[in-house]
Amino acid sequence: MSHDLLVALPIVIPLVTGVIALLFYEQRETQRIISAIGAAALLIAGIALLLEVRAEGILVSDMGGWPAPFGIPFVADLLSAVLVMMTGLIAFTVALYSLATMDPRRESFGFYPLFHILLMGIAGSFLTGDMFNLFVWFEVMLIASFVLIALGGERAQLEGAIKYVALNLISSAILLAAIGLLYGVAGTLNMADLGMKLQDVDEPWLVTTIGMLFLVSFGIKAAIFPMFFWLPASYHTPPIAVTALVAALLSKVGVYALIRAFTLIFTQETGYTHQILLVVAGLTMVTGVLGAVAQYEVRKLLSFHIISQIGYMLVGLAILSPLALAGSIFYIVHNMVTKTNLFLISGAAYRLQGTYELKQLGSLYRYHPYISALFFVSAMALAGMPPFSGFFAKLTLVRGSLEVEHYIIVAVALFTSVLTLFSMTKIWTEGYWTPSEAEENDELPPGVNSWPGWNSQMLAMFVPIIILATLSVGMGIFAQPVISLLIETAEQLLEPSLYIEAVIGDES
Amino acid sequence: METLMAILIGGLFASGIYLMLRRSIVKLAIGLVLLSQSANLTIFTVAGLTRGNPPLVPEGESMPLVPYADPLPQALVLTAIVIGFGVLAFTLVLVKRVYQTVGTDDMDEMRSTDGFKD
Repeated sequence: MSHDLLVALPIVIPLVTGVIALLFYEQRETQRIISAIGAAALLIAGIALLLEVRAEGILVSDMGGWPAPFGIPFVADLLSAVLVMMTGLIAFTVALYSLATMDPRRESFGFYPLFHILLMGIAGSFLTGDMFNLFVWFEVMLIASFVLIALGGERAQLEGAIKYVALNLISSAILLAAIGLLYGVAGTLNMADLGMKLQDVDEPWLVTTIGMLFLVSFGIKAAIFPMFFWLPASYHTPPIAVTALVAALLSKVGVYALIRAFTLIFTQETGYTHQILLVVAGLTMVTGVLGAVAQYEVRKLLSFHIISQIGYMLVGLAILSPLALAGSIFYIVHNMVTKTNLFLISGAAYRLQGTYELKQLGSLYRYHPYISALFFVSAMALAGMPPFSGFFAKLTLVRGSLEVEHYIIVAVALFTSVLTLFSMTKIWTEGYWTPSEAEENDELPPGVNSWPGWNSQMLAMFVPIIILATLSVGMGIFAQPVISLLIETAEQLLEPSLYIEAVIGDES
Repeated sequence: METLMAILIGGLFASGIYLMLRRSIVKLAIGLVLLSQSANLTIFTVAGLTRGNPPLVPEGESMPLVPYADPLPQALVLTAIVIGFGVLAFTLVLVKRVYQTVGTDDMDEMRSTDGFKD
């Protein structure tokens, strides 16, 4: 298959799926089938892209045949390819899950088309090689996520949505202004060209200032300290399938943009910019987890954990050594799998028990041991217990930081990890072990705690959870191939000339 | 001219942020509009305000006549305006729905989902 097609497919597939689903706007059943097929196709395209990039090196496709830096190139390096594949995986599992959990009303208001347009925006952001084009993909992604979060129109959703919309639009305005300034300084917006031209610019302080604007803008999207307040206010309000999707993918796009910008473009004064990143990473970890410890509603608790884990993902970027950066990317991958799974499991628990409140969930372990086992695997993976994926992600990150003697950030990371374990055990003891008050007083409403049996809905709900849980065990047990792939990825990122050469070609 | 534009852009940013800090959600929406417009003007100004030839290559030449106006920032601004327009339309509908559902336009009354109190 030609390279152009491989690079374009992750964007084309969701677009086509979304459009076809729109054509069948009145027929919910057809839309459901189209959505599942489209998501599976995206996963396959992602895997094919990753295999090809690993074999052939960085793939570049010049859209419209205009050579870079004049046209807009789509570039798939290892980082992009890994993230596109993960997007496909999350899309596939959440699409299956939403077949069982999405209510007919939301389905008939265009849930599936929006779902795939969101995926298109995400894949586009991962693959584009042009700064302004990145802004455009961000907007595609944002407008789809705005509607997904507000779809249904419950009071909590609308309250959350207004904050989400306002802060993300501020971030877009800052991004736009920063892009303008960048164009004023460099006269180009092609990322590879920027990476080359900004190396010998006369005024490095000006570039660093613009870099800080990008940090703020991408930082709001990635929910880093102190710009994360929109996240816990909005992520827990929509239905669980939407929460799982945005939690797994949206803030990671922000992290991806930060990694791309601060390894390729803003590398003039790394001593200064990356010091700021390191401090921010530490603060993000600690504030996020402290927020989580105080919560008793599963979805809010998990939302705060997203923030804390964004901190881990920034550590590797701040340290800029191959091993630490590989640890960060491992963390992104691991986090996409486990965090999605925890949300999906809490959705399944909601289906069985009718609540997200820990105090009312009560002794899930006694009535539903299987779902409890699945939760246990994901929770321990999130907290970083061996042999699950989180352990090796943290191990790589910590080893990478120790190698370059950043002891403080290691201490912060380990402290955060203890608190993560604490809040996971809190869910376990409160929600899975301790009987709820209603149960102790024999006041349970009828039907609660009974197992509905394996009908097709239950299958659509549990198959994705089992796939993700297996993956988080698998990435732990077979950590070696994953780590070697990610170290390759990190080395590619730390060698920007590879990217520049692939896009622009040789200096001739 | 650049100085004048810089003052204008600064003023727009400042008023946008001031409006967003108010408690009314309608003012929030207006603030967002001002913010995105000032970003557009930034692109326009930073790329250089040139009075010159159109960026067309005359017959027999290989480059447009210098000084020519750079068309790229205009394309960027145009794209950004269109996107901003779409997003604004959504924001207005959202503001209306929020007002109808919550029954107030005061941001301070919309804190039930923040997660900082139980």
